[in-house]
Amino acid sequence: MPIMTVIYALLLYGASAVFVLGVSYRVFAYARTPAPLKIPTMPAPVTRTGVVFRVAREVTLFESLFKSSKWTWIFAVMFHLGLLLEVLRHLRYFIQPVWFWVVLVQPFGIYGGMVMVAGLLGLLGRRLLIARVRYISQPSDYLMLLLLLGIGLSGLAITFLDHTDIVSFKAFVLGLLYFDWQPLPDSPLLLAHLSMVVALLIVFPFSKLLHAPGVFFSPTRNQVDDARERRHLAPWAAQLEGAGDEV
Amino acid sequence: MAKVEFKVPTVGEYLTTPDLQPGVMAKSAPFKAAPRHQQALGFPGELVEDWEQRAVAKLAELLKKYRSLRVHLDACVKCGSCADKCHYFLGTGDPKNMPVARQDLLRSIYRRHFTLAGKLFPRLVGARDLDPSVLEEWYSYFHQCSQCRRCSVFCPYGIDTAEISMAAREILDEIGVGQKYCNEILGKVHTLGNNLGLPPPALANTLEGLEEDVKEDTGVEVRFPLDVQGAEVLLIPPSADFFAEPHIDGLIGYAKVFHQAGVSWTLSSYASEAANFALFIGNYEQMRKVALRIRKAAIDLKVKRIIVGECGHAWRVAYSFWNTLAGPFDFLDPRYPVPQHIIEFTHDLIERGAIKLDKEANDQMRVTFHDSCNVARATRMGARPGGQFVLPREVIKASCNHFFDMAPETIGEKTFCCGGGGGLLTDELLELRVKGALPRMQALREVQKEHGVTHMAAICAICKSQFSKVLPYYEFPMETIVSVHQLVSNAIQLGTNS
Repeated sequence: MPIMTVIYALLLYGASAVFVLGVSYRVFAYARTPAPLKIPTMPAPVTRTGVVFRVAREVTLFESLFKSSKWTWIFAVMFHLGLLLEVLRHLRYFIQPVWFWVVLVQPFGIYGGMVMVAGLLGLLGRRLLIARVRYISQPSDYLMLLLLLGIGLSGLAITFLDHTDIVSFKAFVLGLLYFDWQPLPDSPLLLAHLSMVVALLIVFPFSKLLHAPGVFFSPTRNQVDDARERRHLAPWAAQLEGAGDEV
Repeated sequence: MAKVEFKVPTVGEYLTTPDLQPGVMAKSAPFKAAPRHQQALGFPGELVEDWEQRAVAKLAELLKKYRSLRVHLDACVKCGSCADKCHYFLGTGDPKNMPVARQDLLRSIYRRHFTLAGKLFPRLVGARDLDPSVLEEWYSYFHQCSQCRRCSVFCPYGIDTAEISMAAREILDEIGVGQKYCNEILGKVHTLGNNLGLPPPALANTLEGLEEDVKEDTGVEVRFPLDVQGAEVLLIPPSADFFAEPHIDGLIGYAKVFHQAGVSWTLSSYASEAANFALFIGNYEQMRKVALRIRKAAIDLKVKRIIVGECGHAWRVAYSFWNTLAGPFDFLDPRYPVPQHIIEFTHDLIERGAIKLDKEANDQMRVTFHDSCNVARATRMGARPGGQFVLPREVIKASCNHFFDMAPETIGEKTFCCGGGGGLLTDELLELRVKGALPRMQALREVQKEHGVTHMAAICAICKSQFSKVLPYYEFPMETIVSVHQLVSNAIQLGTNS
């Protein structure tokens, strides 16, 4: 087995483990922490179903961002939608036989890559050019964009400049899944692409990328406006009761 | 007190986003609480010796207690959505008044102590150690947030700077650095039942005076009952309604509405305050203590309903938190929401034709409405979402002929704070208050030019006091600001039904 195959196999296993465990730990912490007071940003839905729709609009349409800044919204949608298409397109490496709809996605997926890179450039441009956004940017904010740009650009380069043997690559990926390792194609671009994906997976649970799970747990967005109808009491707040100060 | 010299911002053709002026508001800070104000609330009297450890320990405790804090500190991607949404940033240009930058004052400490990245690579992720300069920054800039939640409307993750500034103020109290204005007032409400420190005899006296005034004015004996057991309604107004202008005209309005509706009501000398400044310092226990006082008053007076007067943050605490803090209110009449807002009460009477209003009584006024931040973004009125925008406007329109809304991006859920909310309504913060009022003054100027608007109605005691103070700086008459129930008071036809 080539040494690169072993290294990358281990890196991908490790990074996936960090990603899954790290994000699960965070999600578990969010879920376990009580929200003691009703603080939905009003006007808020008065039913659970309404809240599901509110959060869904936030996740799929970036509703609040749209209210705020149309340019940021456009770049953010380009990036996230492009990324989504790319992720769906990449599913073909993980399944055999390839599902029908994943086949359908393939031609769109490649545009997804371009749109994603364009969106990222837009976001980077804002960060550099708008004084307000530059002021609030830390080195990690730039690095995150550069990392994602690197993933996008190396991916596009693999498709357009130095086409990798994707049949052997798929064999490598399936080999990882079924613990039956196959050699990784020897392509510098592919190695660069994979390295950056590994970095992204590792950084995810420790960075602002936690906005992805976070948005589902934000009390200002996921609470029902029913404070008058239903008594809402956190466990730690319930312990204050019966201390003798009630009437 | 030394008079603060500052330049009043210019109201232009339209609202512009200012250039960044780092540090221009770094000197703005409210007076610190004296040891006696602190100790009365169970906080250390002055800065404790091991304040760094105590602050980090308190942050750890809050992270376990408040999901909002944990998620909101983690989720920010620094997109800048909120950056140009804060009235204090728009009015001052100080970049630390951008909501995200304000959050970062606390987030930087959170990252240093509670995240792996901040522990390993502090410079990379903007993490820093807690030192005296951070403490000074916290005290200054977390008292430049009125907790109005406008930024949270625009944040893609609903990050609410109010939650962050409340947490920061709670940490500050914990280490002995409290704010005088809020903490002194909380001491008064715990001992005397209102923010003013008005003892029961003085309150009774004030109410008698009001009865005489209304009698003289209208010829009708409108009562202002105090501590009447068995009344139908317990009214909890902000105590500013007892003495301040234009608040008091609102109180007269409530009394006339109760009189005309034939509903028996009472005020309580034990709980004569709707305001709950514990919200501003983010302290659950203090907030609960103030709320329980109202519960006790309702039980002692054997009332069936509780109605809250015109006060923004009070309505937030009442609507969103009372049930949690002091519920369940199963001893009240279940046919009515607990609590109700006076606007809901009056609106219902108008809809049923139970009170008659003569709009012409307000014909000398051309009125607009200032949505108060807490009412707009933290509460509801009526049965439908957004009722908090609809009901007050319907009450106003039923009371006057000339109503004009300000620009849509400055009202409703996008309303601008008056500039004095969140525990900042104190004289030493006047520069901040005047500058923070700029976006609202801009919108008011526009409707004044376009529609000849002469008056701005509000349903918040802080808004009313703040505008009375800052309107003259922008060359509007102080009397521009009116209570919504003042309009009702002018228009209501007393004695027209039995």
